[in-house]
Amino acid sequence: MVNLSTKIHNITLKNPVMTASGTFGYGEEFADFIDLSRLGGIIVKGTTGERRQGNPYPRMAETPSGMLNAVGLQNVGVGTFCKEVYPRIKDIDTNILVNVSGSSIEEYCSVAEQVNELDNIPGIELNISCPNVKKGGMGFGTNPEMAAQVVSEVRKVYHKTLIVKLTPNVTSVVDIAKAVEQAGADSVSLINTMLGMAIDVERQRPYISTITAGLSGPCVKPVAVRMVWQVAHAVQIPVVGLGGISCAADALEFLMAGAKAIEVGTANFIDPTVTVKIIEGLEDYCRRHQVEDINDIIGII
Amino acid sequence: MKHITDFTIVRREQLGEKYFALTLQHPDKLPGIEAGQFVEVEVRNCREVMLRRPISIHDVNVEANTLTLLIQVVGKGTRQLATLKEGDTLNLVYPLGHGFSVEGTRPLLVGGGAGIAPLLHLAKCYNEKGVRPTILLGGRTKDLIPVREAFESYGQVLFSTEDGSLGERGMVTQHPMFTASYDQICTCGPTPMMKAVGRYALEKGIPCEVSLENMMACGIGACLCCVTDTDEGHKCVCKEGPVFNAEKLTKFFETK
Repeated sequence: MVNLSTKIHNITLKNPVMTASGTFGYGEEFADFIDLSRLGGIIVKGTTGERRQGNPYPRMAETPSGMLNAVGLQNVGVGTFCKEVYPRIKDIDTNILVNVSGSSIEEYCSVAEQVNELDNIPGIELNISCPNVKKGGMGFGTNPEMAAQVVSEVRKVYHKTLIVKLTPNVTSVVDIAKAVEQAGADSVSLINTMLGMAIDVERQRPYISTITAGLSGPCVKPVAVRMVWQVAHAVQIPVVGLGGISCAADALEFLMAGAKAIEVGTANFIDPTVTVKIIEGLEDYCRRHQVEDINDIIGII
Repeated sequence: MKHITDFTIVRREQLGEKYFALTLQHPDKLPGIEAGQFVEVEVRNCREVMLRRPISIHDVNVEANTLTLLIQVVGKGTRQLATLKEGDTLNLVYPLGHGFSVEGTRPLLVGGGAGIAPLLHLAKCYNEKGVRPTILLGGRTKDLIPVREAFESYGQVLFSTEDGSLGERGMVTQHPMFTASYDQICTCGPTPMMKAVGRYALEKGIPCEVSLENMMACGIGACLCCVTDTDEGHKCVCKEGPVFNAEKLTKFFETK
């Protein structure tokens, strides 16, 4: 019997496989395809203080081994999430985490405070790294002082596991990780999307309404593995790795680089059952390599 | 209930230069499929294509457990799909989205180009309710209306072509029968055509359903990429559509 269970601060995961925010809806969208209780965790759609419409269409373009998106945090708002969505998903037997987003420190704190009241949400992922909103988002995540400030303010009102999601669009991701660790983060997750752009040369205009957008998918994976490895060696808090994970071998790269858990994002769009295949692939890998406990290979590089 | 299933291609038919049809055999029992629903097709062996491609369901044969996709070659993904042969497998996530309501006793179905695809299954669904629809198909030329004869068993079929090579010359909205008396209009095709049809229906107070086609990633309402601006805000074409009631799309019809 292989042990796949890992821990992120106070959260025990059945296995290290979670789903990345913005790629898995509220989980319900995938219930026809997989047993959601098999997942280590589900990180639901980025949630803001008020309902948001996001950016105008078109907000997606496929690029080699990846895609650009500029959804721009379209979501129902924290009030509707707590009243309508939470009752529908709270009894799914997995860790449901909320990705908390905002345009100001006050908004981040207000959302975190409201989510803190939800018994079956053991943690949040603080999104200081969305590249697709004009105000806030990545602005907080690219500067160590601002990142520390928003984390320490949220820390005052949020009393469960606080994971901070980092952007790769910085000179030194290690500096940001250290700053948020110092400010009270219980964990960091990385990477959010990389800022990119694509042009339709026939029409002579950008593919996406906001011109620039976030790049995700297998093309970003080597960058993500590198950043996870750098951060895992620089901080004491657990690291959650994501960026282009599409199979068990990809997940293992992140685990070996030092991630205690991983998130699957864009791959959910291509195969809605991919998360379960990754969990089964991890079990198979451990059996083949006589690994009794997945924790034994975390951070071996 | 949505599924992910490997189908076998039992028939491949080339329809002019730009279109082809794939008839796909379900390994077991095909679930019920509404007219207007679509599938997300996996594109294999193409290094530039990662995402699935949304394709509307053209025809369903419940006895044979097959469905048919009518595909227009427009880009890398559909070009790769065009290389598939009979006997190959194709992985589908399906059936997706909300289809047509199949309401009314004197319906008009208006299709243009690849947008005629969902109208065959829709015409059959009307026939099952004892209703023979009027089916108006348009294209720039005769060759750009890929399926014609298949519709004839299910209703009165009319054509409009811009060059006059088939049926009336001009747009579908200029066809003399377009303004006949209908109690329901269903349309799928190029955006300018759907806007013209939708505006007419709204003006005349005729219930109208419009099937939209936006760029999609997931097809199941998770990524929020394929939104259209409805009167109730951004809605996913994949999940809340692709068929929308025209009354909810007044913003869509206002823009050019």
